Amino acid sequence: MTMLKVENLSVAFGGVRAVSNVSFEVGQGEVYTLIGPNGAGKTTIFNLISLIYPPSAGRIVFEEQDLARMAPHRIARMGIARTFQNIELFEHATVLQNLLIGRHVHRRTSLAAELLFLPSVRRAERESRLAAERVIELLELQHYRDTLVAGLPYGIRKVVELARALCTRPKLLLLDEPSSGLNVEETDDMAFWIEDIRDDLGVTVLMVEHDMGLVSRVSDRVLALNYGEAIAEGKPEEVQAHPAVIEAYIGTAAT
Amino acid sequence: MRFIFKTDYDQDIRLIRHGGQVFWYGALLAVLLAAPWLLPEYFVSQITFMFIYGIVGLGLMLLSGYTGQISLGHAAFLAVGAYAEALLAENGWPFPASLAVAALLGAATGVVVGLPALRVRGIYLAIATMAFGFILEEVMARWESVTGGNSGKQVGAVSLFGWHLDTEAGFYYLCLALAVAVTFLMLNLLRSPTGRAFVAIRDSEISAQSMGIHLARYKTVSFALSAAITAIAGALYAHKLRIVTPEQFTILQSIEMVMMVVVGGLGSIHGAFFGAAFLIALPQAIVLVKDYLPDSIGQATGLQPTVFGLILVGFILFEPLGLYGRWIKVRSYLELFPFYRRGMFRRQKAFMKSERLK
Repeated sequence: MTMLKVENLSVAFGGVRAVSNVSFEVGQGEVYTLIGPNGAGKTTIFNLISLIYPPSAGRIVFEEQDLARMAPHRIARMGIARTFQNIELFEHATVLQNLLIGRHVHRRTSLAAELLFLPSVRRAERESRLAAERVIELLELQHYRDTLVAGLPYGIRKVVELARALCTRPKLLLLDEPSSGLNVEETDDMAFWIEDIRDDLGVTVLMVEHDMGLVSRVSDRVLALNYGEAIAEGKPEEVQAHPAVIEAYIGTAAT
Repeated sequence: MRFIFKTDYDQDIRLIRHGGQVFWYGALLAVLLAAPWLLPEYFVSQITFMFIYGIVGLGLMLLSGYTGQISLGHAAFLAVGAYAEALLAENGWPFPASLAVAALLGAATGVVVGLPALRVRGIYLAIATMAFGFILEEVMARWESVTGGNSGKQVGAVSLFGWHLDTEAGFYYLCLALAVAVTFLMLNLLRSPTGRAFVAIRDSEISAQSMGIHLARYKTVSFALSAAITAIAGALYAHKLRIVTPEQFTILQSIEMVMMVVVGGLGSIHGAFFGAAFLIALPQAIVLVKDYLPDSIGQATGLQPTVFGLILVGFILFEPLGLYGRWIKVRSYLELFPFYRRGMFRRQKAFMKSERLK
């Protein structure tokens, strides 16, 4: 079953065609990876899905709904959560508070009730904390629960960002370079978690990644991009062996 | 050093974390309740001012300290509250009703002023709010039939359920009660989803939005609440001074308010009250030392603004977390003695940021 369908997507910034005519489909329960050299338009596609900017042409359809008509903040409520390439956490809040902000889409209490902290708010808070605690357990963040994000090392921040995205209970998780800046061991953990997220939580994952080891280990399908255009799609090993992909990464042989 | 063993989510939700806090806040409240008997009237009056500025500080703290929106026009909200109260009290409204109307009017003004915040940020927002402050100042001076123009408006004592709170002590208790109530509402807000959404907007708009936070709505709510709280303080301010005139609500007043929250410590409730205490105590301190200084400094015009400015710059450079930050450090020093290290509160700076919204 198709969860996310991207049709003939294009976006141009002035004269730069960052993404041109890209189409792909992500099926339910799949790990789908976008690869490509720097500037290929991978993160741009993520930003188009999060509606940070509008596409020049093409459609993005999530569960039969066209995202073009949505307000940006509705995306999370529809079940799409994301992480950022350069980590966008709430720096001056603790890890737990960051995760609780991830629960925002599940807010049911009104402002007046919150000002008086009525019993309904207290109940909702307990539920949010229970949900956040489950994610903390899954990603082994217990030790950092009450630490300010501003004082955390890079690798942990990366995990906190993943945890915050999971707290929204997404159907589709967009991971922008989950392994960038992580050491070998941390990348290994990340691979385990991505597999767990797909298999145990049933979350579909769309990922941008450079580490080919991680890509071939967890991805079901891969799409290679270059200069904003799709050049190859298929199983990880097929895409890796595709002549156009090799050319994009290392160029053609001198003749 | 106190270690708290957590076994229940309520331990994090509760406002009071441990017995020590019950004792110390209880002691503080007891001292404040006893103050009118213990202190001369002048000091009681100064502490009353501290409560009023503390409420202002809470309002601005919500907007600047927690939502990250700058306002250089906050004196305008104080003015809205003060004039609303002056007019309604004159027409014989009971205090609770006129206070509620003043707060609502403040909130409505806040929504209007908040509109540019949906489009501009940082220094541009500061300019937009400052412009609003100037406009309102003109309105106060020119709309003579309502505001009394430059000569201002007299305000009587608070009438509350048939009593006239015309003693210093009576008004002191009213201000204390309102300061405690507003603090309580703020604390509640900050431990629920709305407060966290504010913090999220402050720290990263782009990821707040991707977490499903409606930026425009929450910024508007923040402006409205902040303005309402400031207007409540304005109503008290009118009764305290017994007169409202346009020159009480100039840009200088707005800047003093910003200074108050910065010196107190952005992003903390304590900071609002520390800042208020500082703002009240500093002019007194300047007057006290003035006579001991050489005449060329002590009698110079503009001594007070200069000292204020220097202190503000000093805090921004050396103690960005303000008095509250200093307080935390002193407390940790005592708690951890002799293991406190200088670098403990130094934070790692992140230089990488992904693309920002417009």
